[in-house]
Parts: sequence; C-alpha cells; structure tokens
Amino acid sequence: MDKIFRVNMTDLTTKIEEVPAAWAGLGGRGLTSTIVAAEVPPTCHALSAQNVLCFAPGLLTGTAAANSGRLSAGAKSPLTGGIKESNAGGTAAQMLAKLGIKALIIEGAPKDGTWYNLAVGVNGVTISEEKELLGLGNFAVIDAVEARLGKKTGVLTIGPAGELKMTAANISVKDPDSKIRSHGRGGLGAVMGSKQIKFISIDGEGAPGVKIADPEKFKAAAKAFSKAVLEHPVSGEGLPTYGTNVLVNILNEAGGLPTRNFTTGQFEGHDKISGETMHDTIVARGGKPKHGCHAGCIIQCSQVYNDKDGKYVTSGFEYETIWGLGADCCIDNLDDIARADNLMDDIGIDSIETAVMFGVAMEAGILNWGDSKEMLRLLTDEIGKGTALGRILGGGAGSVGRTYGVTRVPVVKNQGIPAYDPRSVKGIGITYATSTMGADHTSGYTIATNILNVGGYVDPLKKDGQVELSRNLQIATAAVDSTGMCIFVAFPALDIPECLPALIDMINARFGIALTGDDVTNLGKHILKLERDFNQKAGLTNVHDRLPDFFKTEPVAPHNAVWDFTDAEIDEFWNF
Amino acid sequence: MKITLKLFATFRNGRFKIAEQELAEGTDVRQVVLSLGLTEEEIGIVMLNGRHGELDSTLSHGDTLSLFPLVGGG
Repeated sequence: MDKIFRVNMTDLTTKIEEVPAAWAGLGGRGLTSTIVAAEVPPTCHALSAQNVLCFAPGLLTGTAAANSGRLSAGAKSPLTGGIKESNAGGTAAQMLAKLGIKALIIEGAPKDGTWYNLAVGVNGVTISEEKELLGLGNFAVIDAVEARLGKKTGVLTIGPAGELKMTAANISVKDPDSKIRSHGRGGLGAVMGSKQIKFISIDGEGAPGVKIADPEKFKAAAKAFSKAVLEHPVSGEGLPTYGTNVLVNILNEAGGLPTRNFTTGQFEGHDKISGETMHDTIVARGGKPKHGCHAGCIIQCSQVYNDKDGKYVTSGFEYETIWGLGADCCIDNLDDIARADNLMDDIGIDSIETAVMFGVAMEAGILNWGDSKEMLRLLTDEIGKGTALGRILGGGAGSVGRTYGVTRVPVVKNQGIPAYDPRSVKGIGITYATSTMGADHTSGYTIATNILNVGGYVDPLKKDGQVELSRNLQIATAAVDSTGMCIFVAFPALDIPECLPALIDMINARFGIALTGDDVTNLGKHILKLERDFNQKAGLTNVHDRLPDFFKTEPVAPHNAVWDFTDAEIDEFWNF
Repeated sequence: MKITLKLFATFRNGRFKIAEQELAEGTDVRQVVLSLGLTEEEIGIVMLNGRHGELDSTLSHGDTLSLFPLVGGG
C-alpha cells in the first residue's frame, strides 16, 4: 500500500504515515499542490522552516504506461511568492512509485548551519550529516553518490545555486545515463537548500512495485495509448527527430520568436540554432538525436549533443534554452549555448529563468548582446561561485531588472516569460498572465493550436477564442500533470480520439475505479482553483494576472502586434 | 511572378532550405506542394508571409511561402 514518507528537518525525525483518504485519488501536481495548500502558511517566507518541499510521482508512474515517469515537486515558490509545481523526468519518480511512496514531504529546517543528505528506501528515510559534497556541482554529486551507494541509486540534488538559495535554483534529477533532468522553474532548489539538504538518494532495493487492479484492462489501454502517441506526427516523428528545438524556425516564421530581450519577433541567426541544424550537427558528430528522459519514454525528444571532437557536451537540450540564449540574447553559436546548458545543469539553475535573465542583463549593459564567452564566464565565475553579482544574476530576470533599473523585464509574478512572444501568439499570453505558476508555457500550451495546427486552429494574432483556449488547456494540463505523464502526450490527446479515453482507462485499471472524462476535467478545475486560492491568500490577486506594460506599448515586428487584452477580458479566465 | 519558398524539417530531405521560384499568375499553395512531390496530407503548417495560410491560398508576386510537416515541441 502507498504511504506518505515525512521528514522533519527541524528535529531531524522521519515518519511513515498512512495516506489520508482525501489524498488517495491524487498524484503528481494534484497531490503536491494539495499538500502545499494544506501544510504551508501562504504568507510564510518561502525559504523559512514553515515552507514544505514535497515530491510526488504521478498516478500512473511506476506502471508500464508509456511516458508516465514524471516526478512532481511542490512548495511555495521563492521566485513567484505563490504555489509551485515543477515536474521532471529522470529515474526518481519510478523508483519512488515502486517503493510505494505516494509522496515524500520535507518540512522544517535545521536551526544551525549543518548540511544533510536523505537516503530513501523501502524502510523509510535516513537523515545523515553531509560534508564531503558541499559546494560541488550536480554532475560531481551524482558521480559521488553512485560511488558511495551504487550505480542504480536514484539521486535528487542541488548545485551551488541551490546551496546559496538563489531564486532561480532548480532541483536536478539523475536520468537513465547518470546525467541530469531538472525541476527547473520557480526556485525549488533554493527551498531544498533552505532545508539544508544537498541531495536525496533513492534505493530501489526490495521495492514492492506498483499493483494493477485490472491487469488485462490496463494492458489493452496501455497498448491503445502507445499506438496513439506513436501515430501522431508530432510525438511519433517530429519530436524524436528534431527535439523540441524544431520550434525555432516555426516561431521565427510566425514572428513570435522573442529576440533581443523581446524587442522583435524574428532572429537573423535562427537557422544556425534551429532544430534542423542541431539534428544534422548531432548526427555528424556521433551524438544521439533520440534519447528518453526516463525509462518507458517512447517519444524520445531528448538528445545527446557532442562537441566537434565527438565529446559529450549536454543532453536534454531544449528549445526554450536555445531560444533564450540564442534569439533573446542574440547568440548564434549552438556550441556555446550547449556549453551554457551543461553549466546551468551543473550549477543547478533554471535554464529558462537564466536565459531570460541574460536578455535583461544585456539590456542592462552587464554584458554585450551576443557575447557568449562573457555569458559562460558569468555562469562559471559569478553565479557558480556566488559572488555578489552572481547572486543578483541567480535571482533571475526580475532581480536583474530591479537592481539595474531596466524597464523591459519580461516576467509575470516575477517568473521569466519563455520562448513565445505573447503579442504575436496571444493565447500563450493569457496562459502567462493567468497561470498559478507565474509565466509558464507548459501550464496551458496554446502554441499547439495557435501555431502548430494541433487540436484545431485559433489565429495567434487575434484575441478571439484565446481565453477559452488557454482555460481548456490549463484545466487539461493540471489533470495530465497529476498522472505522471509527459505533457507531450497532449499532442496525440488533442488530435486522436482514442488517446484520452485510453489514458483514463489506464488510471481506472490501475486503481480499480471508474473515472469519466468529466471527472478528469473536474480534477483539473479543482487543482487550478486550489492553487489560485493559495496564491490569493499569499497576496497574489488578479492584479498579478497581468503582462508587463511594455507588451502593450511596444509593437513587435514583423506583425507590429501589441498585447491588447483588457484587464476584464483576462479576468474572464477564472469564470469556470 | 516570383516567390520565396522555404522548406523545413523533413521537407528539406532531398530538396532545399530556401529557393526563389518563378510561378504563373494565380498559382495556389496546393500546386506548389504537389510540384515538390509532397501530398496534401503531409502538410502540417502553411505560413504565407508569416501568417497561417491554406492550400487554397493564391500566391502573389513577392510572397514568402513556408511549408512545414506537422511538428511540435515546447
């Protein structure tokens, strides 16, 4: 039976608890947000002992369902001041699920400066003092933990950025190749740092595994689901071939590729950093164009990127990182962007927040536009070492904007706006504005329908239908984020009629229940409202559901589009 | 009339990235697609001068036509 593993870092005690009845039907984001809403005082300082850091595998994680290996991490965000869920692939989610751990909840904080590590196993959690690995980057931590505890050990770790409690710090998850996936957004690495935990190891030995209530029904549904994922051109062909970075050229054509800190919508150097060029480069250098972030991933949008000598540089090299350092900072050198990606993984800092931050830093004159060498130096010598400047940069885009008096600061709820210009792709602007997570493209990915012709088509340059589109996608996403599924299953789910029923059938067969499509929609609505309620109690009102003013006053080329939603139109989002 | 034709992702295989094309007045996107040896079903996204177009869209002198298979990311 699934249990809650609870760790109190104030008195250094651990407990194994029964799952409260109200939490039984929840997993992933639904569960982490419920825990945060129940246990965190909304007005507390996110880096204080009152905050809670929790991890939860999804409802289908640990089963044979394709693409179900995502782990949700939740807490109050030190970056946004609101609730945060950030999910990632890697090996930890499946290990936790197979150990029967419904959630790992870490509360309190040590009163002195002592650092610890946590060891999670079938019999509970052990807290040990940690000295040896302090100050090390994430790659070294993973290597050292494997040397101590064995190659199969799962690892959740923070780098120097998390130790220094930078608000852009992430939590790294060991992937199947002992490299890194990240709970990237919202500064959760700083929360883990505030609890003085350098790393969490997971020992899967003796794990009972996940029980399926109706194995035959599960098998049939899992087969139908995989078929739909592989049949859809996006998840079955485009993503495995080019990775997420295939979007550079499309957004550039559509005039929605934010360039030079969101001053224009097209980047001259787009082809040099595009998915097509990246694919050819990876193949020519003997890297891997296809790679899964967790066991059981059949989409394989990740990749291994080598340098010109065929030596590993980075993996999990995503569109948003490449866009941000590329177009937004005017860097057209993919090798330097890859090196920066590796450094950000090692330092343990969100590659979206950091990329948006560098755009603002260039605007501020801290470094020149396109100066990738100085960017690499700032990552290594300032952020990685926690100098005074490094801490300002490691605080993200808002931090640099405030410190240097920059007015063009692309953030919502202090979180950096990712890779799609909200003026020329208006649906995503509604998502950025209203998401409970701060600016976040993954919380309601209207790009599918605004740009990619998936799930129908809504004109990206017009206001019509955008609020409804974003609302429907945010509701569906909150539900999908609770299943442990990769969000890219949304592409087949939007277009192939058999896909979503198969997903629901798998959940029903796993637990022996009878959810309907309406139940799943209601779950999504419930999660969003619960998260918003927390945010409101934390002081984030509808006034925070707004984009920065410059989007209204500065038209973006080539369409000369502006952000023209009224406040009342945006607020319509919450009418459900 | 002259247009600029851009191809992306798998459409580039055995073809080109970008080319100027001399077309008869009144040519539509479908005719260009078929002339490339592509089928209508393979077309995911048609962009005409940075806006979404249709297979039926008629081309004009100076247009930029971009063709993509159905791809996505995020």
